Amino acid sequence: MKPHTLSILVENKAGVLSRVTGLFSRRGFNIESLAVGPCEEPDMSRITIVVIGDDAQVEQVMKQLNKLIDVIKVSDLTDSERVERELALIKVTAELGTSRAEIMQIASIFRASIVDVGAKTLILQVIGDTDKIDALEKLLRQYGIKEFVRTGTVGILRGSKTVTSGK
Amino acid sequence: MKTGAKILVESLQREGTEIIFGYPGGVVLPIYDELYDSSLRHILVRHEQAAAHAADGYARASGRVGVCLATSGPGACNLVTGIATAYMDSVPMVALTGQVPTNLLGNDAFQESDITGITMPITKHNYLVKSAGEVSRTVQEAFYIAGTGRPGPVLIDIPKDVSTGLSADVKLPEKVTLRGYNPTYKGHKRQMEKALQLLAQSERPLIYAGGGIIASNASPELMEFAMLASIPVTTTLMGIGCIPCHHPLNLGMLGMHGTEYANFAVTECDLMIAIGARFDDRVTGKIDTFAPHAKIIHIDIDPAEIGKNKRVDVPIVGDVKAVLRDLLSLMKKQGAHEAWRKKIKHWKQHHPLKCPTNGALHPQFIIRTLSDLVKEKAVIVSEVGQNQMWTAQHFCFHNPRTWITSGGLGTMGYGLPAAMGVHFARPDVPVFDIAGDGSIQMNIQEFGTLASNQIPVKVVILNNMYLGMVRQWQELFYDHRYSFTELPPVDFVKIANAYGIEGMRVESPDDVLPALQASLDCNGPFVMDFRIEREENVFPMVPAGAAINEMIGGHPPS
Repeated sequence: MKPHTLSILVENKAGVLSRVTGLFSRRGFNIESLAVGPCEEPDMSRITIVVIGDDAQVEQVMKQLNKLIDVIKVSDLTDSERVERELALIKVTAELGTSRAEIMQIASIFRASIVDVGAKTLILQVIGDTDKIDALEKLLRQYGIKEFVRTGTVGILRGSKTVTSGK
Repeated sequence: MKTGAKILVESLQREGTEIIFGYPGGVVLPIYDELYDSSLRHILVRHEQAAAHAADGYARASGRVGVCLATSGPGACNLVTGIATAYMDSVPMVALTGQVPTNLLGNDAFQESDITGITMPITKHNYLVKSAGEVSRTVQEAFYIAGTGRPGPVLIDIPKDVSTGLSADVKLPEKVTLRGYNPTYKGHKRQMEKALQLLAQSERPLIYAGGGIIASNASPELMEFAMLASIPVTTTLMGIGCIPCHHPLNLGMLGMHGTEYANFAVTECDLMIAIGARFDDRVTGKIDTFAPHAKIIHIDIDPAEIGKNKRVDVPIVGDVKAVLRDLLSLMKKQGAHEAWRKKIKHWKQHHPLKCPTNGALHPQFIIRTLSDLVKEKAVIVSEVGQNQMWTAQHFCFHNPRTWITSGGLGTMGYGLPAAMGVHFARPDVPVFDIAGDGSIQMNIQEFGTLASNQIPVKVVILNNMYLGMVRQWQELFYDHRYSFTELPPVDFVKIANAYGIEGMRVESPDDVLPALQASLDCNGPFVMDFRIEREENVFPMVPAGAAINEMIGGHPPS
């Protein structure tokens, strides 16, 4: 059992996301994270789903995804050289004159940017893979995280290889 | 300019639709108005579920896409069981539903239900049409998707303002192309060569033939393949009819209520060639002990079926007809597997299906009498439960598409409405619905459809005043505690008569043949109420989760 990152190219039509996610829940798969948005083709969308399962389970879910008429292509990026990123926004308690400097120092180590400064809080924006964001969250917890918002993972293959419709 | 309703009817006819089964209601009024003077035949059922099953029966018997129509909300919801039945058994069907006008969508309007959402997991694909201009293309795509690749039901939801809305004719492509849908029809040559190598090395090969052979009309190729290499054939419930029952290579059905010899052969074979079958739990029993000594070749058009339940040595994705043809062109006449066939012959002789004969009225006897009477000149439909298993075991099927039954979903109430659909596909032969007293009462209102259209379906009710299969499980596995499985006696002949249908009650074996003959002599529908031995069981039986050679109710080891 390990996380698999699936890149799914779909028709950009109403209801497609629910077809895809419905299939996961129906077959007993938990989606770890999900990201969806437009892609290089104007009439398609790309969904990146991280799912945990053994190889046979993931193979089965990919085959089932391929059966959906609105799914154009499914690729498992897991065993390929790839870049994966998430973005997180973290609202941390940081009263003036207390730990602000420390938090800002941590932010700079993680190359996180401060995107909002309030009287009692700071908002950090960080981009990275899952582990990096987990590590930053863990460090900031001692100061008090008031709110934590995180996108799903997006992934792309390194080099000239692509996950496209093959047109 | 034409209305969406007119475009719909024209599009159905363009796809070759001759008949639709349906039930009118508020938001499909524009469509029904268009049907009023159309040449498209419409059969009014008494419940929408029956419309779906009738379309399904028509599709299974003809191989063409069946069509049903219902209104929004409750009408659409009533189709659901029928759509799920078709989905589980890969039956090509287009289900049309009315929907509330687009401006009311999502408003909880009167008779609104999100039928595309509801049917997403039980359709191959579905559509919510948003304008009259989309109707013709959607119908074309729906028929294409339903009828190609692994067939299945497709639903089209049509809001009322789409039916009344206007559009000019839309130019349609000659051929549908969908970038997300490209079924593989031709098998991979290397894989086929590997399969033939395994076959050449095998001493005890066995073909495990499923409904995919019927769906792709591949019986002739299967027969040629089996005979060329002398390979015995066992069929699933859905595969029955792909090889004639009396053929020396035929082992009958395998699995939970399969023949002993088929299940022995599965357990001892050294090569299993699964063709258009999906290793369902009712077939395999305990999966780890299914075909334990065999290498497995799996031919199927749906790649998702390969390796889903059982590890496979040689997968071949493709249309089974095309793959078998290619295999035949690549192979030479093979060894006769004489020792293996001798062993199977011995099993067949010493472990035949039992047909009790003690003077009481036994269902097996009724099925065999019917089989001897009609021979290959009938289509047999069943309900679900003991009636279905007795028929699968004891009726001698000669041809594909002459055995119509709900396999995957196991839908009680399927048989009677499906038989109506079968009649319109095969008006040349009598159609029998083999029912139990439980399942017939699930859609008994369709006696009304039989009567008003004089659809000559012959209904054989094996009446034991129990939900027999559940009672059998309670007897065997729940210490005879018959919890809610006893049904009070019903006078089915009176019910039939009330609808204007002739009927006959039968209580003794001597009256079986005359009753069946009387049903054939009757031009219209006919209902027979056979009062059978109440606690008759279906044997042999593999208890759920046991290995398939661990059967109860069989013969002692020989």
